[in-house]
Amino acid sequence: MLKRTITLAAGAAMLATTAMAADPVKIGFVTTLSKGPAVLGRDMRDAAELAMEHIGGKMGGRNVQIIYKDDQINPGVGKKETDELVQKERVDFVTGYIWSHVLLASYKSVVGNGPIMVSANAGPSQIAGELCHEDFFSTSWQNDQTPEAMGEVLNQLGIKSIYVMAPNYAAGKNMVAGVERTYKGEILGKDFTKWPDQLDFSAELAKARAAKPGAVFVFYPGGAGVQFLKQYDQAGLKETIPLYTVFTVDATSLPVVKDLALGSLATQMWSPDLDNAANRKFVDGFKAKYGRFPSFYAAQSYDAIMLIKSGVDAVNGDTANKAGMRAAMKKADFGSVRGKFEFGNNNFPIQNFYLREAVKNDAGEHTLKTVRTVYTAHQDNYHSKCPMN
Amino acid sequence: MNWILLIEQCLNGIQLGLLLFLLAAGLTLVFGIMDLVNLAHGSLYMVGAYFAATFTAWTGSFVLAIVLTLPATLIVGAVVEIVCLRSLYNRDHLDQVLATFGLILFFNELVRLVWGPAGLSVPLPEFLSSSLELLPGLIYPSYRLAIILASLAAAFFLYWLVARTRIGMLIRAGASNREMVGALGINIRFLFTIVFGLGAALAGFAGLMAAPISTVEIGMGENVLILAFVVIVIGGIGSIRGAFVAAILIGLIDTVGRAFLPDVIGTFFDDEFADAAAPALASMSIYLLMVVILAFRPEGLFSAKSG
Repeated sequence: MLKRTITLAAGAAMLATTAMAADPVKIGFVTTLSKGPAVLGRDMRDAAELAMEHIGGKMGGRNVQIIYKDDQINPGVGKKETDELVQKERVDFVTGYIWSHVLLASYKSVVGNGPIMVSANAGPSQIAGELCHEDFFSTSWQNDQTPEAMGEVLNQLGIKSIYVMAPNYAAGKNMVAGVERTYKGEILGKDFTKWPDQLDFSAELAKARAAKPGAVFVFYPGGAGVQFLKQYDQAGLKETIPLYTVFTVDATSLPVVKDLALGSLATQMWSPDLDNAANRKFVDGFKAKYGRFPSFYAAQSYDAIMLIKSGVDAVNGDTANKAGMRAAMKKADFGSVRGKFEFGNNNFPIQNFYLREAVKNDAGEHTLKTVRTVYTAHQDNYHSKCPMN
Repeated sequence: MNWILLIEQCLNGIQLGLLLFLLAAGLTLVFGIMDLVNLAHGSLYMVGAYFAATFTAWTGSFVLAIVLTLPATLIVGAVVEIVCLRSLYNRDHLDQVLATFGLILFFNELVRLVWGPAGLSVPLPEFLSSSLELLPGLIYPSYRLAIILASLAAAFFLYWLVARTRIGMLIRAGASNREMVGALGINIRFLFTIVFGLGAALAGFAGLMAAPISTVEIGMGENVLILAFVVIVIGGIGSIRGAFVAAILIGLIDTVGRAFLPDVIGTFFDDEFADAAAPALASMSIYLLMVVILAFRPEGLFSAKSG
């Protein structure tokens, strides 16, 4: 009886191994592929495809399959698609996630339920703090960090007062909290606009003009950023009040707004001109394949696939060994396009932040140029609330 | 209270209201006269904006683009009516909602195939891309002023067309009693195509004027369509006059609410509460208005029978 059980068990184990070798490593990729922000989702998908090309479609000796899902920038849809990836497709990893409210809705469907989650963009404060989990990694940033760096820049430039505008959702609130934390001057007013459907900022711009601030600070990702920049110019504010932004002027909006954004300053943890081998390979490869500059969304997605690969490689493709994959990923040893960084206790990167300027290069293309480093090895403010270490 | 700011916000509100009116006028005509719930009206707005972007790129002139976009959207509207909607007139509203919702998906996908997922931008001619000083201290974007004037012109044209011409007489008669118009020997099918095409051209006009302010992007018509429905419900279904009054009302309430609610709430409660409550209340304000008006006048402000 015992012998038979052992034979059966051995047989089953053998079957499992063969199945494992034949099955691909499955990665679910949730992003926005329809509606206005589809252009951001396209950048992320293109970057993931480029990463697949660079790694020959293999991780730890196994084939890799990426399953793309569209969240329609809707938390309900994002959660539904995530549930399907986890329960039906039984993916090993889930990545993507542009929007903080979509990530927050989908988070509990993944962590603790098997797959490892890698956010390639959204970084809500809750997940960096009390909701942190060993199954979650970020290849982007915690939402507050980038505006914190911007607040620091505003201090350095000696700007006495600002007016703040952001959309009224999880990330918008984090962005404003970030700039408020570091900016030392006076905040003359702030407006949270309806998200994502308010695209006419005339009322808020009129208030900003009347407040006579030293500068305006905004966060408007995707198409909303394009609208904001145009309306800012049409209202005649571009000449009178300098504008500082985060996540508003990027490679997805520059080809649309072109000269309107020239000279505008923003902070970011990555820039297409960062000088390291991985970044050159990524930026050149992206431009050659798609004929345009990659955005930070693309850079973070490329990193997400590479981070996953570092985990799968470390266990030689045995994705059942989750602890081994987590330990390897925690080392952040995968040649990130932003250069070397470390993960904090909450699995968010401790990384540099740069000031970037929108410029026209010699080829007449609109792109971003690094001006200087604002923060070196900067960690988010919520990590102390995270019980992991 | 800063009077210059108040005037500027009212101008912003009127501008938004007039843009809504252009969209709502077509919607209310189609709904009132043809008894058709057309969710795809926002798609025609989007198509208008995309046409404007393309024609501007081809001709290099925004003004020429306007001239080309209007007949183009009219033709698209007429084709949609002839191909898809004709067979729906005798069906109930649920079927129409389903079919026109399908049209939204179709148009979004079509636009993605033709123009790609990235948004387009429409550059403004030099004389419209600056701002004017209307009163001392009151600086207003000249393009928004142009929107106000052009929309008013369109509104007057519509008034003239509906109140003073033979086709307008038929439209009004169609709104009051469809069967009788048909019984009197009027080609009601042709009238419907005209009305739908006219509605499409108005939506396209609204889209092309909104294009330089906002990005031309997929799904841009869907958010604004909800506002347009609120307008026609408040104004009274089928009434152009009602749509005009309701659109201006909604434009003003929405803009002024967004502008001043945070300060008003801030004077009564602490800042943190005001930060959280004001944007929520401001985005609700027009729906609250709709509830109040419907409670007292379930038919809307002007019903089609009288206006």
